[in-house]
Amino acid sequence: MTAVVVSGAGRVFDGGSGAGTVALADVDLTVGEGELVSLIGPSGCGKSTLLRLIADLDAPTSGSVTVFGKPADRAREDQDYGIAFQQAGLLPWRSVRANVELPLQLRGRAGRAERAARAAELLALVGLADFADHRPDQLSGGMQQRVAIARALARSPRLLLMDEPFGALDEMTRERLQDELLRIRASTGAAVVFVTHSIAEAVYLSDRVVVMSPRPGRVVATLDVPLGGPADRAARGIELREDPAYFERVSAVREALHSGDTAPDRVPS
Amino acid sequence: MSRRWQRSGKRIGPALAGAAGVLALAAAWEAYKALVPDDGWVLGEVRVLPRTSDVAMPHLWDMAARAAEPLTSAPDSPPLWLATLQGAGFTLGVSAVGWVTGVVFGLLVAVLMARFVPARAGLLPWVVLSQTVPLIAIAPLVKRWGAQLEIGTFDWQDWMSVAVIASYLAFFPVSVGALRGFTSPDAAADGVRLDLFRAYGVGWWTTFWRLRAPSSVPYLLPALRLAAANAVVGTVVAEVSTGLRGGLGRMIVEFGASASADPAKQWSPIAGAVLVGLAATGLVALVALGLRRYRVEETA
Ligand SMILES: Nc1ncnc2c1ncn2[C@@H]1O[C@H](COP(=O)(O)OP(=O)(O)OP(=O)(O)O)[C@@H](O)[C@H]1O
Ligand SMILES: [Mg+2]
Repeated sequence: MTAVVVSGAGRVFDGGSGAGTVALADVDLTVGEGELVSLIGPSGCGKSTLLRLIADLDAPTSGSVTVFGKPADRAREDQDYGIAFQQAGLLPWRSVRANVELPLQLRGRAGRAERAARAAELLALVGLADFADHRPDQLSGGMQQRVAIARALARSPRLLLMDEPFGALDEMTRERLQDELLRIRASTGAAVVFVTHSIAEAVYLSDRVVVMSPRPGRVVATLDVPLGGPADRAARGIELREDPAYFERVSAVREALHSGDTAPDRVPS
Repeated sequence: MSRRWQRSGKRIGPALAGAAGVLALAAAWEAYKALVPDDGWVLGEVRVLPRTSDVAMPHLWDMAARAAEPLTSAPDSPPLWLATLQGAGFTLGVSAVGWVTGVVFGLLVAVLMARFVPARAGLLPWVVLSQTVPLIAIAPLVKRWGAQLEIGTFDWQDWMSVAVIASYLAFFPVSVGALRGFTSPDAAADGVRLDLFRAYGVGWWTTFWRLRAPSSVPYLLPALRLAAANAVVGTVVAEVSTGLRGGLGRMIVEFGASASADPAKQWSPIAGAVLVGLAATGLVALVALGLRRYRVEETA
């Protein structure tokens, strides 16, 4: 079964008067089970809007979105996905552990002990086992973002939606978290829709890169990135970042991005 | 641990500042009395500085000495300071009832306005308008309405009218502050937390208890402090305008009437009012202490 199917989706924001903003026009996107797909494109091309449609945080004005074969709203009700944003959005009055437990506490029947065990497991996964009792404001930005990712994984979703989750981090932290995400993917097998501004990041992480272009927001190209599975990539690490095959894909995505600027009518490859 | 030091410093700081403030005020009082002539300063027809005679501004030690003497010349009269403390206790009790009532009512109104956007548009102007009604005017009305109230064997007491007026003043800052607090997640950069709660598929009330209510605490605490001050002022003024016996308001009026004969006496209930204010502030500080977990700064 596919994780996400977006077909002919459009989203127009009413500007109060006049025509309104066409944030998305006629977008098709399919994300297979366990696949990592990046959305990349210039600011304002509708990446976040598309992700929010998949998450049912917003509704399309045309077309349809299904997640694991269900309408997006059903999938949200069933908590079929985990989500993380550029801002960690932790609750400052809760400990790190309690933040990770939040989704389990709000929904579902997991008991106190079960929740604590799950939180401990997840914090170990993101390398924060020793910080369970800290408050969010005692953590660095990168650590907060890892807590947010652990929280997104709390209910073992088969789909992760991430909107520039590493966008506010420095390059070093960013690369470390990218490797962490690859490892998490390898161990959970979850499908991921990943929004980013970074070509390098998109290529390093993705099985497929979807290039978007603004006014109206649409998909201009889709590129495969055959650089091996996530476990493989995480194991290669820096060596992969210096591989000619990797560079070739980076160039291909860059070209697609720039041709998206000048030739908006180019068909997806 | 520098963190702990800072924290205890923060706790002692306000108490020291408060004590210093009281001393400075006392010093200013006596200095003014020493420097300005008894009749004040008169420029032409206008008195630009008030009189400093012992009738208008008794010495602090005269006030203290008067407080130690009996309340009246009756043989079994208690000392003035004891009567003042009893009055202060009474006023504090009525203020506390008014404060709690006002806080509960203010929170309910705020929840209503946060939950139903039309209610916000409909209620908020009335909440603001309610505070423009002059207190002196409504106090006797409330007392009269209360007196007509009969619910089974329940008997409406006059002090309850005073508490109602105090709550009327206390509710305003609470409802406005709590509403700002409850709706603060809507404004917080991009509303990430609200998006999260929506993604969890939980309803409005769960979101309220887990997100909106805790987020409101930094907005609520100043409102509670303001409400406490309002409740005390409201109680004293309502005591005066409804003529309620037992509290400081009535004492201030009574002693003021005999001020020319016994000028130091009226300052005792005034000092008592200051004490009530301090006690109320202390009680709110306790509430703040209980909620300190929720006072953390915003994080990313
Ligand atoms: N709630 C909204 N109301 C009105 N217009 C909106 C709204 N959300 C997005 N838009 C518009 O839709 C377009 C796409 O926005 P979107 O946030 O999806 O872009 P993006 O690709 O995520 O940009 P960035 O890379 O800067 O995050 C923009 O023109 C934006 O102004
Ligand atoms: Mg965006």
